[in-house]
Amino acid sequence: MAMTASTPSTDPHAWLRRQTRWHPVEIAFWLATLLPFFLFPNYLVLASQIAITALFALSLDLILGYAGIVSLGHAAFFGLGAYASGILSKHGWGEPLTGLLFGAAVAGIVGYATSFIIARFRHLTLIMLTLGFGLLLFELANKAHWLTGGADGLQGVKIWPIFGRIQFDLWGYTAYSYALIVLFVLFLVCRRLIHSPFGLALRGIRENSVRMPAIGAPSAAHIRKIYTISAAIAGVAGALLTQTTETVALEVLSFARSADTAVMLVLGGAGMLYGGLIGSIIFMIARDQFSGIAPQYWYFWIGILLIVVVMFLPNGILGGLSTLLARWRKP
Amino acid sequence: MADALLSLKDVRAGYGAAVVLDGISFDVPVRGSLAVLGRNGVGKSTLLLTIMGFTAIARGAVLWRGEDITRLPPNRRAQEGIGWVAQEREIFPSLTVEENLTVASRPGDWNLKKVYDLFPRLHERRGNKGNHLSGGEQQMLATARALMTNPDLLLLDEPLEGLAPIIVEELSAAIGRLAAEQGMTLILVEQHAEIALSLTDEAVVIERGTIAHRARSKDLLADQATLDRLIGLKVEA
Repeated sequence: MAMTASTPSTDPHAWLRRQTRWHPVEIAFWLATLLPFFLFPNYLVLASQIAITALFALSLDLILGYAGIVSLGHAAFFGLGAYASGILSKHGWGEPLTGLLFGAAVAGIVGYATSFIIARFRHLTLIMLTLGFGLLLFELANKAHWLTGGADGLQGVKIWPIFGRIQFDLWGYTAYSYALIVLFVLFLVCRRLIHSPFGLALRGIRENSVRMPAIGAPSAAHIRKIYTISAAIAGVAGALLTQTTETVALEVLSFARSADTAVMLVLGGAGMLYGGLIGSIIFMIARDQFSGIAPQYWYFWIGILLIVVVMFLPNGILGGLSTLLARWRKP
Repeated sequence: MADALLSLKDVRAGYGAAVVLDGISFDVPVRGSLAVLGRNGVGKSTLLLTIMGFTAIARGAVLWRGEDITRLPPNRRAQEGIGWVAQEREIFPSLTVEENLTVASRPGDWNLKKVYDLFPRLHERRGNKGNHLSGGEQQMLATARALMTNPDLLLLDEPLEGLAPIIVEELSAAIGRLAAEQGMTLILVEQHAEIALSLTDEAVVIERGTIAHRARSKDLLADQATLDRLIGLKVEA
Protein backbone atom coordinates (compact mmCIF):
# COMPACT_ATOMS: atom_id res chain seq x y z
CA MET A 1 0.00 0.00 0.00
CA ALA A 2 1.33 3.40 -0.87
CA MET A 3 2.19 5.64 2.03
CA THR A 4 0.10 8.77 2.08
CA ALA A 5 1.53 12.12 3.03
CA SER A 6 -0.32 12.13 6.33
CA THR A 7 0.69 8.60 7.34
CA PRO A 8 4.18 8.50 8.78
CA SER A 9 6.28 5.49 7.90
CA THR A 10 7.49 3.27 10.70
CA ASP A 11 10.71 2.80 8.76
CA PRO A 12 13.07 5.64 9.64
CA HIS A 13 15.02 5.17 6.41
CA ALA A 14 12.00 5.43 4.11
CA TRP A 15 12.78 9.12 3.68
CA LEU A 16 16.29 8.26 2.52
CA ARG A 17 14.98 5.75 0.02
CA ARG A 18 12.60 8.39 -1.37
CA GLN A 19 15.60 10.66 -1.96
CA THR A 20 17.25 8.07 -4.21
CA ARG A 21 14.44 8.28 -6.77
CA TRP A 22 15.55 10.02 -9.94
CA HIS A 23 14.03 13.43 -10.60
CA PRO A 24 13.22 14.26 -14.24
CA VAL A 25 15.56 17.28 -14.01
CA GLU A 26 18.42 14.95 -13.10
CA ILE A 27 17.72 12.75 -16.11
CA ALA A 28 17.55 15.86 -18.30
CA PHE A 29 20.89 17.06 -16.91
CA TRP A 30 22.67 13.82 -17.75
CA LEU A 31 21.10 13.68 -21.20
CA ALA A 32 22.31 17.25 -21.75
CA THR A 33 25.89 16.15 -21.09
CA LEU A 34 25.65 14.28 -24.43
CA LEU A 35 24.87 17.49 -26.33
CA PRO A 36 28.51 18.49 -26.94
CA PHE A 37 28.90 15.42 -29.19
CA PHE A 38 26.24 16.87 -31.52
CA LEU A 39 26.18 20.63 -30.93
CA PHE A 40 29.80 21.48 -30.08
CA PRO A 41 32.03 18.79 -31.62
CA ASN A 42 34.92 21.28 -31.76
CA TYR A 43 34.78 21.76 -28.01
CA LEU A 44 35.05 18.13 -26.89
CA VAL A 45 38.52 18.70 -25.42
CA LEU A 46 37.10 21.50 -23.27
CA ALA A 47 34.13 19.27 -22.41
CA SER A 48 36.48 16.53 -21.21
CA GLN A 49 38.32 19.08 -19.02
CA ILE A 50 34.97 20.18 -17.58
CA ALA A 51 33.99 16.58 -16.80
CA ILE A 52 37.31 15.99 -15.02
CA THR A 53 37.02 19.25 -13.08
CA ALA A 54 33.42 18.38 -12.19
CA LEU A 55 34.58 15.05 -10.76
CA PHE A 56 37.20 16.86 -8.70
CA ALA A 57 34.58 19.36 -7.50
CA LEU A 58 32.29 16.45 -6.60
CA SER A 59 35.05 14.97 -4.45
CA LEU A 60 35.48 18.31 -2.67
CA ASP A 61 31.71 18.58 -2.18
CA LEU A 62 31.72 15.30 -0.24
CA ILE A 63 33.98 16.77 2.44
CA LEU A 64 33.13 20.48 2.26
CA GLY A 65 29.45 20.47 1.36
CA TYR A 66 28.40 17.40 3.33
CA ALA A 67 30.86 16.98 6.20
CA GLY A 68 31.83 20.64 6.67
CA ILE A 69 35.56 19.99 6.21
CA VAL A 70 36.88 23.17 4.64
CA SER A 71 39.94 22.33 2.56
CA LEU A 72 42.21 24.61 0.59
CA GLY A 73 44.62 21.83 -0.26
CA HIS A 74 42.44 19.27 -1.97
CA ALA A 75 44.54 19.53 -5.15
CA ALA A 76 47.10 17.45 -3.24
CA PHE A 77 44.97 14.36 -3.92
CA PHE A 78 44.20 15.41 -7.48
CA GLY A 79 47.93 15.79 -8.07
CA LEU A 80 48.79 12.51 -6.37
CA GLY A 81 46.35 10.69 -8.64
CA ALA A 82 47.72 12.52 -11.68
CA TYR A 83 51.36 11.75 -10.87
CA ALA A 84 50.66 8.16 -9.78
CA SER A 85 48.91 7.38 -13.03
CA GLY A 86 51.52 9.25 -15.08
CA ILE A 87 54.52 7.63 -13.40
CA LEU A 88 52.93 4.18 -13.77
CA SER A 89 52.43 4.82 -17.46
CA LYS A 90 55.92 6.22 -17.95
CA HIS A 91 57.38 3.09 -16.43
CA GLY A 92 55.60 0.77 -18.82
CA TRP A 93 52.00 0.30 -17.72
CA GLY A 94 49.67 2.56 -19.72
CA GLU A 95 46.42 0.63 -19.31
CA PRO A 96 43.86 3.36 -18.48
CA LEU A 97 41.43 1.65 -16.09
CA THR A 98 44.11 0.18 -13.86
CA GLY A 99 45.81 3.57 -14.07
CA LEU A 100 42.68 5.16 -12.62
CA LEU A 101 42.54 2.57 -9.86
CA PHE A 102 46.23 3.14 -9.09
CA GLY A 103 45.68 6.90 -8.90
CA ALA A 104 42.68 6.36 -6.60
CA ALA A 105 44.64 3.97 -4.39
CA VAL A 106 47.66 6.27 -3.95
CA ALA A 107 45.48 9.33 -3.23
CA GLY A 108 43.18 7.27 -0.99
CA ILE A 109 46.04 5.87 1.09
CA VAL A 110 47.54 9.33 1.63
CA GLY A 111 44.03 10.65 2.34
CA TYR A 112 43.48 7.94 4.94
CA ALA A 113 46.82 8.67 6.61
CA THR A 114 46.14 12.42 6.81
CA SER A 115 42.50 11.94 7.84
CA PHE A 116 43.61 11.14 11.39
CA ILE A 117 44.90 14.72 11.65
CA ILE A 118 41.95 16.22 9.75
CA ALA A 119 39.41 14.56 12.06
CA ARG A 120 40.87 16.31 15.10
CA PHE A 121 40.49 19.90 13.93
CA ARG A 122 37.85 22.29 12.59
CA HIS A 123 37.52 25.78 11.17
CA LEU A 124 40.62 27.96 10.62
CA THR A 125 43.05 25.34 11.91
CA LEU A 126 41.67 22.87 9.39
CA ILE A 127 41.97 25.36 6.53
CA MET A 128 45.59 26.04 7.44
CA LEU A 129 46.39 22.33 7.79
CA THR A 130 44.96 21.44 4.38
CA LEU A 131 46.63 24.46 2.81
CA GLY A 132 49.96 23.52 4.38
CA PHE A 133 49.66 19.92 3.24
CA GLY A 134 48.92 21.05 -0.31
CA LEU A 135 51.90 23.41 -0.40
CA LEU A 136 54.13 20.72 1.07
CA LEU A 137 53.28 18.25 -1.70
CA PHE A 138 53.64 20.94 -4.37
CA GLU A 139 57.20 21.73 -3.29
CA LEU A 140 58.07 18.04 -2.85
CA ALA A 141 56.96 17.37 -6.43
CA ASN A 142 58.89 20.44 -7.59
CA LYS A 143 62.04 19.22 -5.84
CA ALA A 144 61.76 15.56 -6.91
CA HIS A 145 62.64 16.34 -10.51
CA TRP A 146 63.99 12.79 -11.05
CA LEU A 147 60.50 11.38 -10.37
CA THR A 148 58.03 14.05 -11.40
CA GLY A 149 59.92 16.14 -13.93
CA GLY A 150 59.66 19.11 -11.54
CA ALA A 151 58.59 22.41 -13.06
CA ASP A 152 59.01 20.96 -16.58
CA GLY A 153 56.24 18.48 -15.91
CA LEU A 154 56.20 14.72 -16.33
CA GLN A 155 56.97 13.74 -19.89
CA GLY A 156 56.82 10.39 -21.63
CA VAL A 157 53.36 9.38 -20.53
CA LYS A 158 51.85 6.92 -23.00
CA ILE A 159 48.32 5.73 -22.49
CA TRP A 160 47.17 2.54 -24.16
CA PRO A 161 43.82 2.29 -25.93
CA ILE A 162 40.83 1.71 -23.61
CA PHE A 163 40.07 -2.05 -23.48
CA GLY A 164 42.95 -2.39 -25.96
CA ARG A 165 40.74 -1.02 -28.75
CA ILE A 166 39.61 2.57 -28.30
CA GLN A 167 42.38 5.07 -29.02
CA PHE A 168 42.48 8.58 -27.55
CA ASP A 169 41.98 10.94 -30.52
CA LEU A 170 43.07 14.54 -31.15
CA TRP A 171 39.52 15.90 -31.19
CA GLY A 172 38.68 14.75 -27.69
CA TYR A 173 35.90 12.36 -28.66
CA THR A 174 37.35 9.45 -26.67
CA ALA A 175 38.58 11.71 -23.89
CA TYR A 176 35.14 13.22 -23.31
CA SER A 177 33.33 9.88 -23.58
CA TYR A 178 35.79 8.28 -21.15
CA ALA A 179 35.74 11.19 -18.67
CA LEU A 180 31.94 11.44 -18.83
CA ILE A 181 31.44 7.73 -18.15
CA VAL A 182 33.86 7.80 -15.20
CA LEU A 183 32.17 10.94 -13.87
CA PHE A 184 28.72 9.37 -14.17
CA VAL A 185 29.73 6.10 -12.49
CA LEU A 186 31.42 7.89 -9.58
CA PHE A 187 28.51 10.32 -9.33
CA LEU A 188 26.20 7.30 -8.86
CA VAL A 189 28.46 6.06 -6.09
CA CYS A 190 28.45 9.48 -4.38
CA ARG A 191 24.68 9.81 -4.80
CA ARG A 192 24.11 6.44 -3.14
CA LEU A 193 26.53 7.35 -0.38
CA ILE A 194 24.90 10.69 0.34
CA HIS A 195 21.39 9.23 0.42
CA SER A 196 22.37 6.62 2.98
CA PRO A 197 22.34 6.81 6.79
CA PHE A 198 26.09 7.48 6.55
CA GLY A 199 25.45 10.48 4.27
CA LEU A 200 22.84 11.86 6.62
CA ALA A 201 25.23 11.40 9.54
CA LEU A 202 27.80 13.45 7.62
CA ARG A 203 25.32 16.30 7.38
CA GLY A 204 24.78 16.02 11.12
CA ILE A 205 28.54 16.22 11.62
CA ARG A 206 28.63 19.34 9.44
CA GLU A 207 26.00 20.92 11.70
CA ASN A 208 27.48 19.84 15.03
CA SER A 209 30.36 17.38 15.03
CA VAL A 210 30.89 17.60 18.78
CA ARG A 211 27.38 16.49 19.65
CA MET A 212 26.89 13.79 17.01
CA PRO A 213 28.41 11.14 19.31
CA ALA A 214 25.47 11.76 21.66
CA ILE A 215 23.19 10.11 19.11
CA GLY A 216 25.60 7.26 18.56
CA ALA A 217 27.57 8.48 15.54
CA PRO A 218 31.36 8.35 15.81
CA SER A 219 32.18 11.72 14.22
CA ALA A 220 35.93 11.15 13.90
CA ALA A 221 35.53 7.74 12.24
CA HIS A 222 32.94 9.13 9.80
CA ILE A 223 35.23 12.05 8.93
CA ARG A 224 38.12 9.66 8.29
CA LYS A 225 35.95 7.54 6.00
CA ILE A 226 34.59 10.39 3.88
CA TYR A 227 37.97 12.11 3.68
CA THR A 228 39.54 8.90 2.35
CA ILE A 229 36.73 8.37 -0.17
CA SER A 230 36.96 12.00 -1.29
CA ALA A 231 40.75 11.75 -1.69
CA ALA A 232 40.40 8.60 -3.80
CA ILE A 233 37.83 10.26 -6.10
CA ALA A 234 40.08 13.32 -6.42
CA GLY A 235 42.86 10.91 -7.34
CA VAL A 236 40.71 9.42 -10.09
CA ALA A 237 40.05 12.93 -11.44
CA GLY A 238 43.79 13.63 -11.48
CA ALA A 239 44.51 10.33 -13.20
CA LEU A 240 41.86 11.13 -15.80
CA LEU A 241 43.58 14.41 -16.59
CA THR A 242 46.91 12.63 -17.01
CA GLN A 243 45.41 10.00 -19.28
CA THR A 244 43.51 12.43 -21.49
CA THR A 245 46.44 14.85 -21.87
CA GLU A 246 49.39 12.39 -21.64
CA THR A 247 51.34 14.81 -19.50
CA VAL A 248 51.44 15.95 -15.88
CA ALA A 249 52.17 19.61 -15.11
CA LEU A 250 53.25 20.71 -11.65
CA GLU A 251 50.11 22.85 -11.64
CA VAL A 252 48.00 19.78 -10.77
CA LEU A 253 49.17 20.25 -7.18
CA SER A 254 48.81 24.03 -7.10
CA PHE A 255 46.92 26.10 -4.56
CA ALA A 256 45.12 27.78 -7.47
CA ARG A 257 43.52 24.46 -8.45
CA SER A 258 42.27 23.92 -4.88
CA ALA A 259 40.97 27.49 -4.65
CA ASP A 260 39.33 27.39 -8.10
CA THR A 261 37.47 24.22 -7.18
CA ALA A 262 36.24 25.77 -3.94
CA VAL A 263 35.01 28.74 -6.02
CA MET A 264 33.18 26.35 -8.36
CA LEU A 265 31.43 24.74 -5.40
CA VAL A 266 30.40 28.10 -3.99
CA LEU A 267 29.11 29.17 -7.40
CA GLY A 268 27.12 26.01 -8.00
CA GLY A 269 26.06 25.36 -4.41
CA ALA A 270 27.88 23.23 -1.86
CA GLY A 271 26.22 20.17 -0.36
CA MET A 272 23.90 19.54 -3.30
CA LEU A 273 25.82 16.94 -5.37
CA TYR A 274 25.05 18.80 -8.59
CA GLY A 275 26.44 22.09 -7.26
CA GLY A 276 30.03 21.19 -8.07
CA LEU A 277 29.02 19.97 -11.50
CA ILE A 278 27.08 23.13 -12.37
CA GLY A 279 29.82 25.32 -10.86
CA SER A 280 32.48 23.53 -12.93
CA ILE A 281 30.53 24.01 -16.15
CA ILE A 282 30.00 27.73 -15.49
CA PHE A 283 33.55 28.34 -14.27
CA MET A 284 35.29 26.47 -17.09
CA ILE A 285 33.15 27.95 -19.85
CA ALA A 286 33.54 31.43 -18.34
CA ARG A 287 37.29 30.95 -18.14
CA ASP A 288 37.41 29.78 -21.75
CA GLN A 289 35.36 32.70 -22.99
CA PHE A 290 36.82 35.45 -20.77
CA SER A 291 40.41 34.38 -21.39
CA GLY A 292 39.64 34.64 -25.10
CA ILE A 293 38.69 38.29 -24.59
CA ALA A 294 41.47 39.28 -22.17
CA PRO A 295 43.86 36.39 -21.39
CA GLN A 296 45.54 38.08 -18.40
CA TYR A 297 42.45 39.46 -16.71
CA TRP A 298 39.86 36.72 -16.91
CA TYR A 299 39.84 36.29 -13.11
CA PHE A 300 38.36 39.81 -12.93
CA TRP A 301 35.08 38.54 -14.37
CA ILE A 302 35.15 35.39 -12.26
CA GLY A 303 35.58 37.68 -9.24
CA ILE A 304 32.52 39.69 -10.21
CA LEU A 305 30.52 36.51 -10.76
CA LEU A 306 31.58 35.17 -7.37
CA ILE A 307 30.65 38.40 -5.57
CA VAL A 308 27.23 38.52 -7.23
CA VAL A 309 26.47 34.88 -6.43
CA VAL A 310 27.62 35.09 -2.81
CA MET A 311 25.66 38.32 -2.22
CA PHE A 312 22.43 37.36 -3.90
CA LEU A 313 22.51 33.55 -3.85
CA PRO A 314 24.26 32.57 -0.62
CA ASN A 315 23.57 28.88 -1.26
CA GLY A 316 24.92 29.07 -4.79
CA ILE A 317 23.11 28.98 -8.09
CA LEU A 318 21.41 25.67 -7.36
CA GLY A 319 20.43 26.83 -3.88
CA GLY A 320 18.93 29.99 -5.38
CA LEU A 321 17.02 27.99 -7.97
CA SER A 322 15.69 25.65 -5.26
CA THR A 323 14.47 28.63 -3.22
CA LEU A 324 12.79 30.18 -6.25
CA LEU A 325 11.15 26.87 -7.10
CA ALA A 326 9.90 26.45 -3.53
CA ARG A 327 8.41 29.98 -3.58
CA TRP A 328 6.79 29.31 -6.93
CA ARG A 329 5.21 26.11 -5.62
CA LYS A 330 4.00 27.76 -2.38
CA PRO A 331 2.95 31.30 -3.29
CA MET B 1 21.67 -2.40 43.85
CA ALA B 2 21.33 -5.51 41.70
CA ASP B 3 18.82 -4.17 39.16
CA ALA B 4 20.31 -0.68 38.78
CA LEU B 5 20.38 0.44 35.17
CA LEU B 6 22.82 3.24 35.93
CA SER B 7 25.05 3.71 38.95
CA LEU B 8 27.43 6.51 39.78
CA LYS B 9 30.04 5.60 42.40
CA ASP B 10 31.84 8.45 44.14
CA VAL B 11 32.29 10.36 40.87
CA ARG B 12 34.63 13.35 40.74
CA ALA B 13 34.46 15.06 37.35
CA GLY B 14 34.83 18.35 35.55
CA TYR B 15 36.50 20.10 32.66
CA GLY B 16 40.28 19.84 32.50
CA ALA B 17 41.66 20.78 35.92
CA ALA B 18 38.37 22.35 37.05
CA VAL B 19 36.38 20.03 39.31
CA VAL B 20 32.61 20.56 39.09
CA LEU B 21 31.24 17.37 40.65
CA ASP B 22 32.70 15.64 43.69
CA GLY B 23 31.65 12.44 45.43
CA ILE B 24 28.47 11.92 43.43
CA SER B 25 26.84 8.52 44.03
CA PHE B 26 23.37 7.27 43.14
CA ASP B 27 21.55 4.40 41.46
CA VAL B 28 18.75 4.60 38.94
CA PRO B 29 16.76 1.37 38.63
CA VAL B 30 15.18 0.09 35.41
CA ARG B 31 11.94 2.06 34.80
CA GLY B 32 12.96 4.41 37.60
CA SER B 33 13.05 8.17 37.37
CA LEU B 34 15.25 10.68 39.11
CA ALA B 35 14.83 14.44 39.37
CA VAL B 36 18.06 16.42 39.68
CA LEU B 37 17.41 19.79 41.29
CA GLY B 38 19.58 22.67 42.39
CA ARG B 39 20.36 26.30 41.81
CA ASN B 40 22.04 27.53 38.64
CA GLY B 41 25.69 26.59 38.24
CA VAL B 42 25.83 23.82 40.84
CA GLY B 43 26.73 21.12 38.30
CA LYS B 44 23.38 19.63 37.19
CA SER B 45 24.14 19.80 33.47
CA THR B 46 27.70 18.63 34.11
CA LEU B 47 26.23 15.57 35.80
CA LEU B 48 24.37 14.63 32.60
CA LEU B 49 27.44 15.42 30.48
CA THR B 50 29.44 13.10 32.77
CA ILE B 51 26.93 10.29 32.36
CA MET B 52 27.14 10.85 28.58
CA GLY B 53 30.95 10.80 28.62
CA PHE B 54 31.68 14.39 27.68
CA THR B 55 33.68 15.31 30.81
CA ALA B 56 36.92 14.12 32.38
CA ILE B 57 36.35 11.76 35.32
CA ALA B 58 39.14 12.08 37.89
CA ARG B 59 37.79 9.53 40.35
CA GLY B 60 34.97 7.06 40.77
CA ALA B 61 33.03 5.02 38.25
CA VAL B 62 29.96 5.07 36.05
CA LEU B 63 28.29 1.67 35.81
CA TRP B 64 25.75 0.72 33.15
CA ARG B 65 23.87 -2.50 33.89
CA GLY B 66 26.70 -3.28 36.30
CA GLU B 67 29.44 -2.82 33.66
CA ASP B 68 32.03 -0.09 34.07
CA ILE B 69 31.60 2.45 31.26
CA THR B 70 33.73 5.19 32.81
CA ARG B 71 36.15 5.20 29.86
CA LEU B 72 33.59 4.49 27.14
CA PRO B 73 33.31 7.30 24.52
CA PRO B 74 29.98 9.14 24.13
CA ASN B 75 28.98 7.46 20.86
CA ARG B 76 29.38 4.01 22.44
CA ARG B 77 27.29 5.08 25.43
CA ALA B 78 24.56 6.25 23.06
CA GLN B 79 24.74 2.91 21.25
CA GLU B 80 24.48 1.11 24.60
CA GLY B 81 21.20 2.89 25.27
CA ILE B 82 21.79 6.26 26.92
CA GLY B 83 19.85 9.05 25.23
CA TRP B 84 20.53 12.71 25.97
CA VAL B 85 18.55 15.86 25.33
CA ALA B 86 20.91 18.80 25.72
CA GLN B 87 19.88 22.02 27.41
CA GLU B 88 20.73 23.93 24.23
CA ARG B 89 18.62 21.40 22.23
CA GLU B 90 21.28 21.37 19.54
CA ILE B 91 19.02 20.27 16.76
CA PHE B 92 20.54 20.38 13.26
CA PRO B 93 19.29 23.72 11.90
CA SER B 94 19.60 23.09 8.18
CA LEU B 95 18.11 19.60 8.32
CA THR B 96 14.35 19.07 8.18
CA VAL B 97 12.44 17.62 11.10
CA GLU B 98 12.34 14.24 9.36
CA GLU B 99 16.06 14.38 8.62
CA ASN B 100 16.84 15.35 12.22
CA LEU B 101 14.94 12.27 13.35
CA THR B 102 16.25 9.89 10.71
CA VAL B 103 19.88 10.78 11.37
CA ALA B 104 19.52 9.48 14.92
CA SER B 105 17.51 6.38 14.09
CA ARG B 106 18.65 3.08 15.55
CA PRO B 107 16.81 -0.26 15.54
CA GLY B 108 14.13 -0.64 18.19
CA ASP B 109 10.56 0.21 19.16
CA TRP B 110 10.89 3.93 18.62
CA ASN B 111 10.34 4.88 14.99
CA LEU B 112 8.99 7.89 13.13
CA LYS B 113 5.37 6.89 13.65
CA LYS B 114 5.82 6.45 17.37
CA VAL B 115 7.60 9.78 17.92
CA TYR B 116 5.00 11.53 15.75
CA ASP B 117 2.29 9.93 17.90
CA LEU B 118 4.00 11.38 20.97
CA PHE B 119 4.54 14.78 19.33
CA PRO B 120 1.87 15.22 16.60
CA ARG B 121 3.10 18.77 16.05
CA LEU B 122 6.36 17.38 14.65
CA HIS B 123 4.49 15.39 12.05
CA GLU B 124 2.78 18.58 10.89
CA ARG B 125 6.19 20.24 10.64
CA ARG B 126 8.14 17.28 9.28
CA GLY B 127 9.24 19.13 6.13
CA ASN B 128 10.36 22.25 8.02
CA LYS B 129 14.02 22.89 8.70
CA GLY B 130 15.19 22.86 12.29
CA ASN B 131 15.80 26.60 12.41
CA HIS B 132 12.25 27.27 11.24
CA LEU B 133 10.71 25.77 14.39
CA SER B 134 9.56 27.54 17.52
CA GLY B 135 11.43 26.97 20.79
CA GLY B 136 8.83 24.47 21.97
CA GLU B 137 8.92 22.58 18.69
CA GLN B 138 12.71 22.50 18.82
CA GLN B 139 12.51 21.01 22.30
CA MET B 140 10.03 18.39 21.09
CA LEU B 141 12.35 17.62 18.18
CA ALA B 142 15.38 17.30 20.46
CA THR B 143 13.44 14.89 22.70
CA ALA B 144 12.07 12.94 19.74
CA ARG B 145 15.55 12.71 18.21
CA ALA B 146 16.91 11.24 21.43
CA LEU B 147 14.04 8.72 21.44
CA MET B 148 14.91 7.69 17.86
CA THR B 149 18.19 6.30 19.23
CA ASN B 150 15.96 3.86 21.15
CA PRO B 151 17.45 4.56 24.56
CA ASP B 152 16.86 2.61 27.75
CA LEU B 153 17.67 5.72 29.78
CA LEU B 154 16.75 9.25 28.77
CA LEU B 155 18.65 12.22 30.18
CA LEU B 156 16.66 15.45 29.94
CA ASP B 157 18.48 18.69 30.64
CA GLU B 158 16.03 21.47 31.52
CA PRO B 159 13.56 20.56 28.77
CA LEU B 160 11.03 23.16 29.92
CA GLU B 161 13.40 26.11 30.15
CA GLY B 162 12.19 29.27 28.43
CA LEU B 163 9.00 27.75 27.03
CA ALA B 164 5.49 29.19 27.03
CA PRO B 165 3.19 27.77 29.74
CA ILE B 166 1.03 25.89 27.23
CA ILE B 167 4.12 24.22 25.72
CA VAL B 168 5.43 23.42 29.20
CA GLU B 169 2.14 21.67 29.86
CA GLU B 170 2.30 19.75 26.56
CA LEU B 171 5.91 18.65 27.05
CA SER B 172 5.39 17.73 30.70
CA ALA B 173 2.48 15.53 29.67
CA ALA B 174 4.64 13.85 27.03
CA ILE B 175 7.45 13.23 29.54
CA GLY B 176 4.88 11.87 31.98
CA ARG B 177 3.57 9.48 29.32
CA LEU B 178 7.13 8.38 28.53
CA ALA B 179 7.65 7.34 32.14
CA ALA B 180 4.18 5.98 32.94
CA GLU B 181 3.13 4.34 29.66
CA GLN B 182 6.43 3.51 28.00
CA GLY B 183 8.33 2.66 31.17
CA MET B 184 11.24 4.86 30.11
CA THR B 185 13.95 5.31 32.73
CA LEU B 186 14.51 9.04 33.20
CA ILE B 187 16.93 11.47 34.74
CA LEU B 188 15.36 14.89 34.63
CA VAL B 189 17.31 18.07 35.36
CA GLU B 190 14.83 20.88 35.78
CA GLN B 191 14.38 24.31 37.31
CA HIS B 192 10.62 23.79 37.52
CA ALA B 193 10.96 21.78 40.75
CA GLU B 194 7.27 21.12 41.21
CA ILE B 195 6.90 19.67 37.70
CA ALA B 196 10.10 17.62 37.97
CA LEU B 197 9.05 16.18 41.31
CA SER B 198 5.58 15.34 40.06
CA LEU B 199 7.06 13.41 37.11
CA THR B 200 9.68 11.37 38.98
CA ASP B 201 10.04 8.77 41.75
CA GLU B 202 13.25 9.95 43.38
CA ALA B 203 15.07 13.26 43.66
CA VAL B 204 18.50 14.57 44.49
CA VAL B 205 19.41 18.17 45.17
CA ILE B 206 22.91 19.25 44.19
CA GLU B 207 24.83 21.99 45.93
CA ARG B 208 28.34 23.03 44.90
CA GLY B 209 28.95 19.78 43.03
CA THR B 210 27.82 17.38 45.74
CA ILE B 211 24.50 15.78 46.61
CA ALA B 212 23.12 17.85 49.47
CA HIS B 213 19.82 16.04 49.82
CA ARG B 214 18.08 12.97 48.49
CA ALA B 215 14.47 11.93 48.99
CA ARG B 216 11.44 10.42 47.34
CA SER B 217 10.03 13.00 44.97
CA LYS B 218 6.59 13.12 46.53
CA ASP B 219 8.10 13.57 50.00
CA LEU B 220 10.32 16.40 48.81
CA LEU B 221 7.40 18.02 47.02
CA ALA B 222 5.59 18.12 50.37
CA ASP B 223 8.66 19.42 52.22
CA GLN B 224 8.35 23.13 51.53
CA ALA B 225 11.01 24.13 54.05
CA THR B 226 13.73 21.90 52.53
CA LEU B 227 12.90 23.00 49.00
CA ASP B 228 13.01 26.62 50.03
CA ARG B 229 16.35 26.15 51.80
CA LEU B 230 18.09 24.15 49.07
CA ILE B 231 16.63 25.53 45.88
CA GLY B 232 15.27 28.85 46.96
CA LEU B 233 11.94 28.18 45.32
CA LYS B 234 8.58 28.26 46.88
CA VAL B 235 6.41 25.47 45.57
CA GLU B 236 2.68 25.92 45.25
CA ALA B 237 0.91 23.36 47.41
